[in-house]
Amino acid sequence: MIRYAIQRFLGAIPTLLILIALAFIMIRVAPGGPFDAEKQLLPEIEANLRAAYHLDEPLVQQFGRYLYALIQGDFGPSFQYRDHTVTELIMDGFPVSLRLGGLAMLLALIVGVSLGTLAAFRQNTPTDYTVMGVAMTGISIPNFVMAPLMILLFAVYLKWLPAGGLGDGGIANLVLPVIALALPQIAYVARLTRGSMIEVLRSNFIRTASAQGLPMRTVIVQHALKPALLPVISYIGPATAAIITGSVVIEQIFGVPGLGRYFVQGALNRDYTLVMGVVVFYGVLIISFNFLVDLLYGWLDPRVKY
Amino acid sequence: MNILVKNMVVLTAALLIGSCSGPDSGSEPNSSNPAARVGGQSGNELAERQVFRKGNGAEPQTLDPHRAEGVPSSNIQRDLFEGLTSEAPNGKIIPGAAERWDISDDLRVYTFYLRPDARWSNGDPVTAHDFEYSLKRSVDPATLSRYSAILYPIENAEAVANGKKSPQALGVTALDDLTLEIRLNAPTPYFLGLLTHSTTLPVHQASVEKYGSKFSRAGNLVNNGAYTLDAWVVQSHIKLVRNPMYWDNARTTVEEVYYYAIENQDAELKRYRADELDFTYELPYKQLTWVRNNLAGELVIAPYLGSYFYGFNVTRPPFRDNRNLRLALSMAVDRDIITGKVTGAGEIPAYGWIPAVTGYRQQKPEWADWTQQQRNAEAKRLYREAGYSDEKPLEVEILYNTHQNHKRIAVAIASMWKQSLGVKVSLVNQEWKVFLETRKAKQTTKIYRAGWIGDYNDPNSFAELRLSYNKQNDTGYGNPEYDALLEQAAQEGNLKKRAELIEAAERILIDDAVSIPIYFYVTKRLVKPWVRGFEPNILDHHYTKDIQILKH
Repeated sequence: MIRYAIQRFLGAIPTLLILIALAFIMIRVAPGGPFDAEKQLLPEIEANLRAAYHLDEPLVQQFGRYLYALIQGDFGPSFQYRDHTVTELIMDGFPVSLRLGGLAMLLALIVGVSLGTLAAFRQNTPTDYTVMGVAMTGISIPNFVMAPLMILLFAVYLKWLPAGGLGDGGIANLVLPVIALALPQIAYVARLTRGSMIEVLRSNFIRTASAQGLPMRTVIVQHALKPALLPVISYIGPATAAIITGSVVIEQIFGVPGLGRYFVQGALNRDYTLVMGVVVFYGVLIISFNFLVDLLYGWLDPRVKY
Repeated sequence: MNILVKNMVVLTAALLIGSCSGPDSGSEPNSSNPAARVGGQSGNELAERQVFRKGNGAEPQTLDPHRAEGVPSSNIQRDLFEGLTSEAPNGKIIPGAAERWDISDDLRVYTFYLRPDARWSNGDPVTAHDFEYSLKRSVDPATLSRYSAILYPIENAEAVANGKKSPQALGVTALDDLTLEIRLNAPTPYFLGLLTHSTTLPVHQASVEKYGSKFSRAGNLVNNGAYTLDAWVVQSHIKLVRNPMYWDNARTTVEEVYYYAIENQDAELKRYRADELDFTYELPYKQLTWVRNNLAGELVIAPYLGSYFYGFNVTRPPFRDNRNLRLALSMAVDRDIITGKVTGAGEIPAYGWIPAVTGYRQQKPEWADWTQQQRNAEAKRLYREAGYSDEKPLEVEILYNTHQNHKRIAVAIASMWKQSLGVKVSLVNQEWKVFLETRKAKQTTKIYRAGWIGDYNDPNSFAELRLSYNKQNDTGYGNPEYDALLEQAAQEGNLKKRAELIEAAERILIDDAVSIPIYFYVTKRLVKPWVRGFEPNILDHHYTKDIQILKH
């Protein structure tokens, strides 16, 4: 187990390096630069700016400089937001994204697992069809359609909830974005749970448990749920990635100042350091999450051996 | 992502348009009285909580006035910093930190007398030394200002910005604590207006030296305007509160101002309709009809100092040395259809290059008074003369940056050219930064879309763009006669003669058909009926200290 963990950890380092190198090159290959604007800069002013951000150096030297700073935890200054460093911006934006994404994930798991279990027990009944029908719709309707619809209904017409922004940081502002972000995940989790629950319910050990006269509740909670959740657990890794990419869109629509919004604005502004910072940060996050899920899997399923 | 955003916008728009027919179309109950907003009606009761919430476009890059660029940051800086001069709600130049000034007979030396009661937000007096320090910092290349070129009228500014002279050489001297002398290279009639530009605003030396590039963050910022910085949540909002040290604080009403960073115009409109904003930054074109039907009383449309045009790349065929062809294409564009049917916000059809600025007679070609039929006939003649015909049509590309409005205009113009001349047009759209690079390179570009917003209320802000040596001149146009007229105008002290010289220069530009002027901009936004003291002006500069919030 420990050997496996170390192996996986060492394997993550080259993955991360390749990610950094690719992002570094791609953002620079994109036409247009951070200093292009409708009103062009005078050449001497642009040269001065390029020198100040070391953009006049050879690419390899720039990359070396970036890596060296990165090892020390320094993402560099933002090209666009000149009063802030990228580290500060990430530290500002990440808690917001984490709250949004974490709540969405929690909601997706709780609601998804409950609905999936319910559907599994009522297999091939109207309840099952309704739950799965709604889940299918949830998967099919992209969040950039769902979100504006929800704003229109709940904020503009009914005026129950704010249309956007974070307000004073209250929960009211988070309700709509969290639900919009969680909906497709709820649907996935519900389908996954249903499928694996049905399979588990048909297996021998459950039949044995029922035959021994255990109450249904005990059978589900103590015996069926844990094995049925395995596929859901392994889905947490990809779900994290999906919620992160989903939040890029959701944060933009709701005007939530999270990392996703920085990423979009950073890319449009050719804010090299900001885009790099978010990519590296999320890269580390997703790699660690997949790593944790793998370890968790071994703990949950005694059959998995490393 | 691009497609995503586009779809998003389209869908949102469809939803909003679709919603017009519903029983509750979101119109405000008290949306009737536009006069309350622009006129400053008396007798209306003020709201208990004086909070003003504005949509402000993109997140400002910085609040450091010398390193900032773009409209969103300067909007906030106008509330935070007070320059030597300031502006009245209608845009007229009024005294700011300087209570009066003298101008020398040769119009090259300005002496400003500062208010003795002006204070920084920490209580320090605002002195002439502060302005001397600030202007020198603004042109100092070490500051990394992107806009220092705007200060080039000041003696030695260009040499300082290029690193050829030390900032100390700049023609700005504090004669004593309250007297500031600024020496100019040439008579610059728009200089007082220039002094409201953010590059000329004062910063507090001690805190700049203490905090470095973080001096403009909440908690650090010391400023001299009517408001101070209370909170800055990047990508969300900036909150300002009253500055009790401001010399005119007694006449300020609004207690708190929020500037929300919302790039997406549809999202902004929704937040306005949800009563989360009092004042929008923009308005999506597609919603204009809906807004006119439902929120007409809150819609404010006013002329804006900007020119929307198509430029020709005159460094390459087919437009190089081909005035007839350029002119033919320009004449065949029916501006009335563009502004009436395509944009429809009340933009002003443009035939010349310079919009309506104070003290300047707008120029236009003779054919501006013809009917479109006459223009098309003449265009056809010129087109033939240039060597094109139905058998051998011109094939050309229009380059524009990806945006719904630009696309609609390009499609309309392409079909006008096809119908009247038989030109085969292909439309090429590129993402903003890519577009800027392509346009600048002048390689593949043939016709490009552009917009130019004046920095100050003077024809020079537009005229200088077409100087042969101006880097911004993406057409590649150069005419020694034009350059000479503008250089002569720059040295001319007599305002009337100066205007005549620029007018003559613009006539050359029109005659050479360097670009296709399409329309002059308008600002279009929604303002809640309870906002009093707001007046539209040509530069779209507004100060919260002039605003009051009525009971609602």
